[in-house]
Amino acid sequence: MADLLARWKTGLSKTGRATFGRLAGLFGASEITGETWDDLEAMLIQADLGVETTTEVLDSLKRTVRDEGLVRAADLRSALRNELRARLDDPPPLTWTEKPTIILLVGVNGSGKTTTAAKLAYRFVGEGKRVLFGAADTFRAAAMDQLQAWGERLGVPVVTGQKGGDPGAVAYNAVQAAVARGMDVVLVDTAGRLHTRYNLMEELKKVYRVVGKALPGAPHAVWLVLDATTGQNALRQARAFKEAVGVTGVILAKLDTSARGGMAFAIRRELGLPILFAGLGERMEDLQPFDPDAFVEGVLQEI
Amino acid sequence: MFETLTERLNQIFTQLRRRGKLSAADVDAVLREVRLALLEADVHYSVVKDFLARLRERAVGAEVSRALNPAQQVVKIVHEELIATLGEPTSLALSGPKPRLILLVGLQGSGKTTTAGKLARLLRSRGERVALVAGDPYRPAAVEQLQQLGERIGVPVFAERDVAPPEAVARAFDAARKGGVSALIVDTAGRSQLDEELMDELRSIVARVSPVESLLVVDAMTGQEALHIAQGFRRAIPITGLILAKMDGDARGGAAISIRAVTGVPIKFLGTGEKLDALEVYDPRRLASRILGMGDVIGLIEKAEAAFAEDEEASRRQAERLLSGTFTLEDWLEQMRQIRKMGPIAHILDMLPGQLGQAARTVDPQEAEEQFKKAEAIISSMTVQERRNPDILNASRRRRIARGSGTQVQDVNRLVKQFREARRMFKKLRKSGGRDLSRLFR
Repeated sequence: MADLLARWKTGLSKTGRATFGRLAGLFGASEITGETWDDLEAMLIQADLGVETTTEVLDSLKRTVRDEGLVRAADLRSALRNELRARLDDPPPLTWTEKPTIILLVGVNGSGKTTTAAKLAYRFVGEGKRVLFGAADTFRAAAMDQLQAWGERLGVPVVTGQKGGDPGAVAYNAVQAAVARGMDVVLVDTAGRLHTRYNLMEELKKVYRVVGKALPGAPHAVWLVLDATTGQNALRQARAFKEAVGVTGVILAKLDTSARGGMAFAIRRELGLPILFAGLGERMEDLQPFDPDAFVEGVLQEI
Repeated sequence: MFETLTERLNQIFTQLRRRGKLSAADVDAVLREVRLALLEADVHYSVVKDFLARLRERAVGAEVSRALNPAQQVVKIVHEELIATLGEPTSLALSGPKPRLILLVGLQGSGKTTTAGKLARLLRSRGERVALVAGDPYRPAAVEQLQQLGERIGVPVFAERDVAPPEAVARAFDAARKGGVSALIVDTAGRSQLDEELMDELRSIVARVSPVESLLVVDAMTGQEALHIAQGFRRAIPITGLILAKMDGDARGGAAISIRAVTGVPIKFLGTGEKLDALEVYDPRRLASRILGMGDVIGLIEKAEAAFAEDEEASRRQAERLLSGTFTLEDWLEQMRQIRKMGPIAHILDMLPGQLGQAARTVDPQEAEEQFKKAEAIISSMTVQERRNPDILNASRRRRIARGSGTQVQDVNRLVKQFREARRMFKKLRKSGGRDLSRLFR
């Protein structure tokens, strides 16, 4: 656990987040003033929590301050930390009751699906699982080559298809191959698609259905890969993908950038989706199980 | 999902209809709404703050115009300020000795490689001799991705695998000069602005080849960090322009405002789709409307134009017949097909502004597609004579058409009725000289 927190810390400290003057001394100030609240609002909005969540958090925090008679700004920090922490879940443990377990990775273009697929495979292989990739992004130039390259490095077999071919067919073949070869996990990498593209979302639904035909009950998990630098649009993405293919969890990629990924709160609240993993760097081992405490510290880092 | 700013402002103003000047209290209430609209569009907190201060100065004491209601007037002021912040579109500065080098930089997954392909295609269509340079040796298959794009559009790609990017770019530059290339587009690896090592790499590329343009590619969905990302890249190298990628989603694109306001870097292009021709010159008016959540009427019109342009002459004749009230079910069918060419109904509905947009959200796009298909089937089951002159459709003809198209007689009746109404409407429109059309979008 200590090691894990350390990894989060290095991942997050790389960000060297810009501090904005007064806020650095915010919790050192003696009394809670109107300005304190303004500064907190500024901080939460800049962490991409959005106006609605920010307002909720601060209203609740104000109640706590009143109820518990807090007067010193120093007491605010832990109250705020608790407030934010209560809005996140620990990631549910992954269950491996199905063999093979089929996991579909979905998301918008450039969110980090393929790299995340590689990092997940690295993790699962390290846990002694036999992993297979389904390279179902038949659209983007060289996407299949990219996963193939990862497969070679990690010693993970890859099922690919024709360039421009039917992604459903690739997914189907991948699942069948995994069943035949007694694999434990199949990671199906799908093409990036904007959630507003009707036809592409229909295509994704088809991939989902086809996987279910190849193996009844599959896919067992659908993970949305979300770029942590995304702003208010993240909630729309999550909602659309959940409606289309029943997303079961979110992976927050690129959390080692300067962004703080505050949309996770709204996604948890509005859609009840847990954050499962976070991308904290370029290395394979930098994809870590989501740690809500460390994440909240990251949001509060500048104060 | 969100009400538009205009609608929210209307709610405020219905409570205080009166007098000729906006009071400070009115302005406060209004600014709260403007602030919310901008923050929901991902405009940076500090930029919003400055923006509102400017706005307050302009708005307090402003005469309420006779032509506009107060809500419209405030929106107009906000819109104008946004347009001023966004600035005029700037074209690429392709001058100086050839080859002119265009460097594309940005975070991982922002859309650099796809943009490189689009830009290459665009410049070639303007008569440039274009080549691409693969400057990302890190991500697996990034080089192949660029090579495949190059192949698709017929543009050569310089790629050297085991050479550090500054050296590879310098070599490509020399080769391009000897080969008579006029525009050389360099795709670089995605990097965080906080990664000093990789930012140094960018510095040394720039030092060796002096690009005429160094363009920052930013994902339109980027949140509050957009500002720090742009500042970070700008600290490392002189960024000359901004490309906002993935604008075809439903992100409002407030990142553009943040970056413009703080760095002053001009916006050059918008990426609006996965196809290689989906790179558009940006229009500040349109982008400002979008950031305010006012819909994208201009985008809608352009989409329509593009869909109709494929057969311009036929469209023109059709429009004439349409307005003269002599158009037929054949024309109608053709028109429906053209509307469907604009894309899925849901996508078109998304672009509608204000009240129309709200109404559109109650339309089930699938149901609308069904209706379209039904109408198409019905008209297709008619004889040419019937299509040209629906008045001859008696009961037995209608029964035959219903059977032929797999629909009910009521469906056929409804279609004919709708057609007649449309024809009447267009006749009316012609009398008013088409001026009423714009009112549809209020």
